[in-house]
Amino acid sequence: MLIKDQTSEVDVHLGDADRIFRSIKALSQSDGRWRYSSNNPESSTYAAGIALETVAGLISLASSEIDHSLVATIKNDIMKLFDGVERYDDGACYFDEKFVDAHGHQDPLSASSSVVRGITAFATATEESLNLPGDKIMGLAKFFLGVEIPGSAKDLYHQIDALACLGNSRVSVPLILSLPATVLSVSRKDQLKVRVNTVLGSSAPPLSVKLMQIFSSGSKDASVIDQELKFDPDHAVHVLETLPKNIDVGKYIFSFEISLQDPEHKKRYITGGRTKVPIYITGLIEVNNAEIAVLDSDIGSIEMQKKLDLSGENDVALLANHLQKLRLSFQLTTPSGKAFKPHQAFLKLRHESGVEHIFVVGDSGKKFEIILDFLGLVEKFFYLSGKYDIQLTVGDFVMENSFLRSLGHVELDLPDAPEKAARPPPQLVDSYSRYGPKAEIIHIFRSPEKRPPRELSLAFLGFVLLPFIGFFAGLLYLRVNLKNLPRSTVPATFAFLFHLGIASVLLLYALFWFKLDLFTTLKALGILGIFLMFVGHRTLSHLASVSAKLKSA
Amino acid sequence: MGRSTPSKDAQALFHSLHSAYAATPTNLKIIDLYILFAVFTAVIQVVYMAIVGSFPFNSFLSGVLSCVGTAVLAVCLRIQVNKENKEFKDLPPERAFADFVLCNLVLHLVIMNFLG
Repeated sequence: MLIKDQTSEVDVHLGDADRIFRSIKALSQSDGRWRYSSNNPESSTYAAGIALETVAGLISLASSEIDHSLVATIKNDIMKLFDGVERYDDGACYFDEKFVDAHGHQDPLSASSSVVRGITAFATATEESLNLPGDKIMGLAKFFLGVEIPGSAKDLYHQIDALACLGNSRVSVPLILSLPATVLSVSRKDQLKVRVNTVLGSSAPPLSVKLMQIFSSGSKDASVIDQELKFDPDHAVHVLETLPKNIDVGKYIFSFEISLQDPEHKKRYITGGRTKVPIYITGLIEVNNAEIAVLDSDIGSIEMQKKLDLSGENDVALLANHLQKLRLSFQLTTPSGKAFKPHQAFLKLRHESGVEHIFVVGDSGKKFEIILDFLGLVEKFFYLSGKYDIQLTVGDFVMENSFLRSLGHVELDLPDAPEKAARPPPQLVDSYSRYGPKAEIIHIFRSPEKRPPRELSLAFLGFVLLPFIGFFAGLLYLRVNLKNLPRSTVPATFAFLFHLGIASVLLLYALFWFKLDLFTTLKALGILGIFLMFVGHRTLSHLASVSAKLKSA
Repeated sequence: MGRSTPSKDAQALFHSLHSAYAATPTNLKIIDLYILFAVFTAVIQVVYMAIVGSFPFNSFLSGVLSCVGTAVLAVCLRIQVNKENKEFKDLPPERAFADFVLCNLVLHLVIMNFLG
């Protein structure tokens, strides 16, 4: 399908607009979707959008030639398409594809955006108005606004193009209610401000906003307010002058309603009924009547009591032993005077060695109180006596002055640990020292073996050579016949070479020990060996022949 | 009665052995001398190790084994060369000597490698 350019200056004569129209119409399906071509039996919502745009182009180019009854059938198709719209729970609507085709599954964003484009183009082209269901248009607007971060440039295009189509078109324009701030502080006397704009932020027609109901998060019932907000034309916001009387700090849901002042606008703009917005009201919580005391266990009499001022730092010094109890109590009140229950209220005792214990402060309705009975806690504290720092933490998300205060310290005297008591857990290394330089590693080398003194070794070298000398002495003693060397030249040479060969091999071994590696040695040995074999064979065979001659002779 | 004191007996024994030994051919005596030389060298090495400890044990082993190995090869040579040995009658002594030389060279290659 080609989308024809809609240029108004060029006078385009379409030859057979009616036939083209009919052929486009032929591809429509019964549920409002369109097929891509006559060959492809699958229908697609995206194709529906394209078809509507094309039809709109056709109409704008050659409106006189097209039968208006066909335009009415297109309107019916659009209605059928809207019947198939899908919804999320929060009211957002979108169009999705039923069939996934092999090339390019169109996601809901592009399908919905294409339909919106088509409808807008069609509505602009035909002079008649489409009676589209307002809540579905509003739902589509919410869907497009709800796309927080588009995944790609294409998604961004779909989102913004669809919003622009919804913003200024002949289809009804949705009006969006937004709040610049949803957290209001009672102590700062913030005012509730509400803005009403079209989807892309342009200004709305004159209207009024009413706060209808307030739901508080805990209870199911809601108070009905029905208070109108004052319009401030300079900033284009609606302001709630004063909050209703019985609103305390906490989390609420405010329900607003927009009403258009001009009845003509009611046809063009969609207000969307009641809009619910979560609001947080925060304030300063007063802390009073705070006191800390050491009690005697059995009787309950107060041994030592100190008053605390929890708006600033305190530094009390208490003494206690394992037979006594520690009691901390305080009261929390909201700005309107009611008792307040915070989300977190912890008491932390930290020993000087770093072992920490955390306790939750309980709420007895009127006040917050915690009693630490040291008799039962002796084992939990690992029998560690000494100075414990006390820290109190109170916090909540509507409490503007949540605090973490150190209250001082208590000297605890606990009995000694028995044999089988648990050891306190090893304290975590300070994170700075974990990444700092580590202790230097001193390598312990194996101490070298004790070697004998040099003189002893040299002495033994002499001793070892003694038998060698003795061998030669013995040879001389035996009057060994060294004259059996052959006299004639050739055998003499061979004999000499034989002795030389053996000597060279022994020399090679000596070199091997001092310097060479095995492979070089083996290579050289191979060469010398071959030489030696040859020479030795000649010499010895000569000797053998000589002795054989002697024997035979 | 004869003077049958133990020392006299030992002396007589020694004399008979000595005279028997003198009858052996010269080349056998050379080989015997060589064996003695090798064994003595080994003994001296063992004494040295006993004194200073066996720190480079591989060196000690290679030294002792070289002596012992060459002694063993010399013994083999003596057996093969001895004319009174009927088993090796057909083996020419030069051949035996060539074997002796070859085996010694191989032994000493291994020894030098192990010496470290």
